Amino acid sequence: MGEKRNIAVTINGKKYQEEVEVRYTLADFMRQQLGLTGTHLGCEHGVCGACTILFDGLSARSCLMLAVQADGHEILTVEGIAPSPDKMHPLQEAFRDNHGLQCGFCTPGMLTTLIEFLRDNPDPTEQEVRIAISGNLCRCTGYQGIVAAALDAAQRLKAVKEAP
Amino acid sequence: MRPRTFGNRVGRLEDPALLTGKGRFVDDIRFPSLAHAAFVRSPQGHAAILSIDTKAALAVPGVLGVFTAADFAPHLRIDRLIVGLPSPSYRQDVNRPVLAKDEVVHVGEPLAIVVADSRYIAEDAAALVDVEYELLTPVADARTALEKSSATVHRNAPHNLLAEFDVAYGDIAAAFANAPHVFREMLWQHRGGGHSIECRGAVARYDPVEDRLTLWSSTQTPHMAMRLLSDMLGWDENRVRVVTPDVGGGFGPKLIFYPEDVAVPLAAILLGRPVKWIEDRREHFVASTQERDQFWDIAIAVDESARILGIRGTLIHEHGAYTARGVNLPYESAQTVTLAYEVPAYHLNVKLALTNKVPVTPVRGAGQPQGAFAMERLLDRVARELKLDRAEVRSRNLIAGERMPYTKPLKSRGGMPVVLDSGDYPKCQRMVLDAIGWAGFKPRQSAARAKGRYLGVGLANFVKGTGRGPFEPVTLRIGPSGKIQIYSGAAAMGQSTKTMLAQIVADQLGGTMDNIHVTAGDTAGIAMGFGGFNSRQAVMAGSSAHLAAVKLRDKVLTIAARLLDMAVDSLEIDGAMIQVKAQPKTAISLGNVARAVAGIPGLALPAGISPGLEATESYVRDEMAFANGAAAVELEVDPETGAVDIRKFVIAHDCGRIINPMIVDGQILGGVAHGIGNALYEWMGFDAECQPITATLADYLLVGSTETPRIDLLHMESPSPLNPLGVKGVGECGVMPVAPAIMSAIEDALSPFGVRIARTPVTPAEIVAAVQTARREEKRLALAL
Repeated sequence: MGEKRNIAVTINGKKYQEEVEVRYTLADFMRQQLGLTGTHLGCEHGVCGACTILFDGLSARSCLMLAVQADGHEILTVEGIAPSPDKMHPLQEAFRDNHGLQCGFCTPGMLTTLIEFLRDNPDPTEQEVRIAISGNLCRCTGYQGIVAAALDAAQRLKAVKEAP
Repeated sequence: MRPRTFGNRVGRLEDPALLTGKGRFVDDIRFPSLAHAAFVRSPQGHAAILSIDTKAALAVPGVLGVFTAADFAPHLRIDRLIVGLPSPSYRQDVNRPVLAKDEVVHVGEPLAIVVADSRYIAEDAAALVDVEYELLTPVADARTALEKSSATVHRNAPHNLLAEFDVAYGDIAAAFANAPHVFREMLWQHRGGGHSIECRGAVARYDPVEDRLTLWSSTQTPHMAMRLLSDMLGWDENRVRVVTPDVGGGFGPKLIFYPEDVAVPLAAILLGRPVKWIEDRREHFVASTQERDQFWDIAIAVDESARILGIRGTLIHEHGAYTARGVNLPYESAQTVTLAYEVPAYHLNVKLALTNKVPVTPVRGAGQPQGAFAMERLLDRVARELKLDRAEVRSRNLIAGERMPYTKPLKSRGGMPVVLDSGDYPKCQRMVLDAIGWAGFKPRQSAARAKGRYLGVGLANFVKGTGRGPFEPVTLRIGPSGKIQIYSGAAAMGQSTKTMLAQIVADQLGGTMDNIHVTAGDTAGIAMGFGGFNSRQAVMAGSSAHLAAVKLRDKVLTIAARLLDMAVDSLEIDGAMIQVKAQPKTAISLGNVARAVAGIPGLALPAGISPGLEATESYVRDEMAFANGAAAVELEVDPETGAVDIRKFVIAHDCGRIINPMIVDGQILGGVAHGIGNALYEWMGFDAECQPITATLADYLLVGSTETPRIDLLHMESPSPLNPLGVKGVGECGVMPVAPAIMSAIEDALSPFGVRIARTPVTPAEIVAAVQTARREEKRLALAL
């Protein structure tokens, strides 16, 4: 079928050397070829934000990128957020405790978007959080639990940082 | 003592997997030989199919098969999806084919399925399927569709009237004949789709070892899907299994059984390979059912003191091109109108009109929000005409708390009496009025207007039928591991169904959810079930789970008492142990109790004890549990841009006894956000040729975090006397009062211009146009003077 190329990409700290069809999107490559199904596709036209990943630390829509563009780059997906298999990241814990998710389909994109946001803005206001996730659609929560979770996570992350 | 799981804010069973990327949604299911499907869909609103040529598609390397209606015909015992809920009101049957054969009646209707080694190849090949059409006249407007001269949606149909019925009681003619005041409203309620962030999807695999077909479908109703699939294939039920994996939101459209739910399994059978089809968003806009337009012409008769004498009118409800669920949606709209109020006489004539658009089925609220909207718009009109406060008009007509239970002179769709079982509607209204500062608003409004700012407040009440019967069975089983297994056809699509069932069962069996595993929505787990719709699962499955847990608890304690040689009432279940209350050292595990009744060949069971630790219960209830609530909103409208800024939104609701406050809050908040979308944003446009013109999420606007305000929640708990838990449904309640409250507030804000809102949604452009019209008329008046 289509033309293929070899790419090297680091995802969640793990190096992958893969041959991929040039027309494959990054999201399809990760989900179908690598089995990293935590990243979700909600619209495949860049609006819903469910497929958001961190690309060299910056949020990006994996449905709007080609896999070959990731050659030589580093990616973080929802599977790579927790520090260990039995311990969640403070943001994930805050989502759980503030009912920041219902069906969980938009959650991977919300988490990656907020990882970047809270890194750059560790002490945000509610309005800043709302603007930060304004490119991520959620149909279940009315966003209130997500906003509360983000503000709570900011406090938790600060506490972790300040801990001796 | 452990804190009770029932009634408390306990963490969800669903969360750890969903938060770490380990959820298992339908698109996450993979098999080594998995093939991928894409559908060829009609680009026309209405056309005859002259020919379908699949040769070029079949020639694409990697394509495994291309199937049309003709290819499927020999393998289907029934080739149409006969899913309409029974009603005597139908005037014609228009059931969907699996694949269109000689006529397409809406854009997006599937004609062929292409299966290939990858979705990319399947889509390439689908584009090569050559279909020759002869264009037919499309029918776009539900109102003109009913005129004698209209073209027909189906070329051989006699007309476009799908069904007609009346919902009526009391002496409506007398009520209007003697009324001092009659006010008439023409309302157009437009509504879009469910738009769960996960679209639909199906994975099907025929397993020759088990001689069984399994369909994993992103459905809210797995048992219905299993039954229909068996019927249509002509296979025994035991050879068909339907599983609901994690579902990324439902909101109505996923309760429907779709052509793809047959085409994908049949392709898998014919190819001997598992097949996956995942709907993309563009398909969701043309192939998943939607709610559509309702045109209300409705009048209210009131006496001098604004007490309602009667309500009458007509409703034209757009049905789309096929029957995918039935007449339930407009029936619920018609029934909901009067629910919260004392209305002595009522008559609504309802006509369902076919159009060449996506079939219409329930979206969150299932027509009930539209009924509430009609009622609340009428009450605002009464207040304006009689120069009364809008809250006062409602207070005079709301059913008082002390009148509960209150029998409405209505019959449900199934012929059951409509009895409002509990609640205090006026109190809910007072709660939101206090919270929004209704009494003190006028001065604030005046002060703002003096500065050129337009503030308004609005309110709305609602009563919502929940807990649709007749039943939803639950099976509990405890095996030698001591783990409690819960099986139910209740389907989880984000509303925490597994947690809800586990909370209820843990409340009777050990007090901890750690020991519980829930299988929800798997037809192999339990023989019967319905699934998720009509805010029913906590009421119906929850009650069944409670009854089964009480039964199993009694059995566990009885057996443990024998084994420990203690009195039953001296024992308690704590976690996975049954122990003597005062001395926890004397204990036996749930697993060992299960072993004791698992039996040993040749040995007698303990006297009077039946085999195994298993209980199946079906709580049966035809009457619905009626939840209620009220909302009040303060907002600002910019008359120059039409922007609506919601400054404060308060909702008070009563869903009976609360199983988990965190989850109830989440359901209400999500519902309110959906309601804001209905009121201000969600517009599913079609042109005159029935071509969708808002088929991306950039054109069809879902509310985002910046459009959704902070929402204040107030709770009342009036336990329902109808079920053992005292619960009422909550999933759809948040939507109910939002659009009428917002429209009321917009009119209030723009009252200097005399702007009237008679439609949903209302967009900024429409607000600006209404203000400009009002200004022009004012100028004209000034010139005339």
